[in-house]
Amino acid sequence: MLKSLQINPEKCTGCLQCELACSYENEGLFNPAKSRIKVFNFHDQGRMVPYTCTQCDDAWCMSACPVDAISVDAETGAKVVSDAACVGCKVCTIACPFGTVNYNAASGKVIKCDLCGGDPKCASACPTEAIAYVDANWTGLDKMRGWAEKTDSGAQAEA
Amino acid sequence: MKHVIVGAGPAGVVAAETLRKGDANAEIQIIGDEPEPPYSRMAIPYLLNGAIAEDGTYLRKTAGHYDDLKIGYSQGRVEAVAAGDNSLTLAGGDKVAYDRLLLATGARAVQLPVPGMDLAGVHNCWTLADAREIAKLAKKDSNVVLIGAGFIGCIILASLLKLAGNLSVVEMEERMVSRMMDGTAAGMLKRWCESKNVEVLTSSRVKAIEAASEGAGDKSVVLEDGRKLNAHLVVLAVGVAPNMDFLDGSGVATDDGILVDEHLATNVENIYAAGDVAQGPDFSTGGHMVHAIQPTAVEHGRIAALNMLGHNPLYKGSLIMNVLATAGLVSSSFGKWDGVKGGDSGAQTDEDNYKYLRLQFDGDRLIGALAIGMTEHVGVMRGLITNRTPLGAWKDRLLANPNRVMEAYVANSQL
Repeated sequence: MLKSLQINPEKCTGCLQCELACSYENEGLFNPAKSRIKVFNFHDQGRMVPYTCTQCDDAWCMSACPVDAISVDAETGAKVVSDAACVGCKVCTIACPFGTVNYNAASGKVIKCDLCGGDPKCASACPTEAIAYVDANWTGLDKMRGWAEKTDSGAQAEA
Repeated sequence: MKHVIVGAGPAGVVAAETLRKGDANAEIQIIGDEPEPPYSRMAIPYLLNGAIAEDGTYLRKTAGHYDDLKIGYSQGRVEAVAAGDNSLTLAGGDKVAYDRLLLATGARAVQLPVPGMDLAGVHNCWTLADAREIAKLAKKDSNVVLIGAGFIGCIILASLLKLAGNLSVVEMEERMVSRMMDGTAAGMLKRWCESKNVEVLTSSRVKAIEAASEGAGDKSVVLEDGRKLNAHLVVLAVGVAPNMDFLDGSGVATDDGILVDEHLATNVENIYAAGDVAQGPDFSTGGHMVHAIQPTAVEHGRIAALNMLGHNPLYKGSLIMNVLATAGLVSSSFGKWDGVKGGDSGAQTDEDNYKYLRLQFDGDRLIGALAIGMTEHVGVMRGLITNRTPLGAWKDRLLANPNRVMEAYVANSQL
């Protein structure tokens, strides 16, 4: 059964453990600026919202890639960037309507959440279960799906 | 059912794959007119700078990909389409019959109408064959003159600079990348290039290219004001034109490109068009436009194929958008980046750090954006524009500080 990240903003305290864990796992340093998950802080409403790629079915990043550098990990369902194939053209960064693929100038490649190969460190680092890794069928991804449907130019219809 | 696809770029390949997914038994044939396997022109700058080998430009990396999908691939140039008997004629005279035909012939690099274009060492930068010639001539310490500072010119600029070291750019418009940048953005870009020791000559027209009598390089690029730029290599990036001359007399309607409707169908039965050659529905204007960008080509290819299969999905139009790095400075533009009449606009400019973000609104909806130096969460501007998200109170916050655009999206979608 595929699993996915379930985010419950109301449980987030803004401790940023997820950002630290993500940047350490993927970039080898504790630097929230290098994290693939980002906590947004809405001071006026007292709300924190962790946010990252939901590995959407439509995968605009994957279909926009001109050199076949983004593929689906069969085990996790994650859309994964191959550093060897990515040329750094950045088309995926403008194609993703969720804003979750970023260009890393230092490496000349794009980076996105790959679910850490099935053991997402943001979820294990989260002390309040605001981020959990659960069965995909269970998660409420409806908000994202709604967003995806509205973005659709018609190109995502099934063959 | 026999599907024939003319053109082996992203639109053609995505169409072929979509056709196969929808019909296991159909005959699918791609006809391309270059000798290499289907490749991406977008990857050429990275081939030139040595980041990848030629196979790194290929659209699909799995060996046997097309064979496995039973997609036929042959090299040939289409010379005529006879809609009356559902067939086309290749150079050499061979005829190919089709039940459904997709025209995905893309574009070609245009030449300058000035003397000297036929001199040795004057090249477009459009095909793999062009790239091989440029790589041979752009030796260390050679002089290179790049004519054209549009999208393609800017994207290959870094590679030419790295290979050769001495680079001048000649642009006839008053600013760089005039089709996707306003004065502030283009000025920043020019200053950035100059800081990398690239000579940028805007508002400058080329009168001729001629053999040089003196100076480094065997050619000189003569400008209308009389200046001469010596060069070992001249690279042309002055624009592209759709490949549709072969349709003369076919009855297929064309304008700036091949005109297609919301099914990617042309006016002639059983003939569709997709990608850089197609003038299709545009999200922002509701009119028909040649986008000539990768994301639109892929969407076209897929929707055209679904229609060829008989599913008839409606195409709502793609958003025009671009991203490029000019000698390392990343810029992106979306939709109506230059705004609409009566709309509001907010911008943040940081000249010292080469950062700029301009957002354009119609009412409380984002309709366009232009960014320099932004590499985080860029895609969200596409999402906000194509979803026509009413921003409510966030509009004023964005007018005051456009850099909060990702926050605005998260607030509107996740709270």
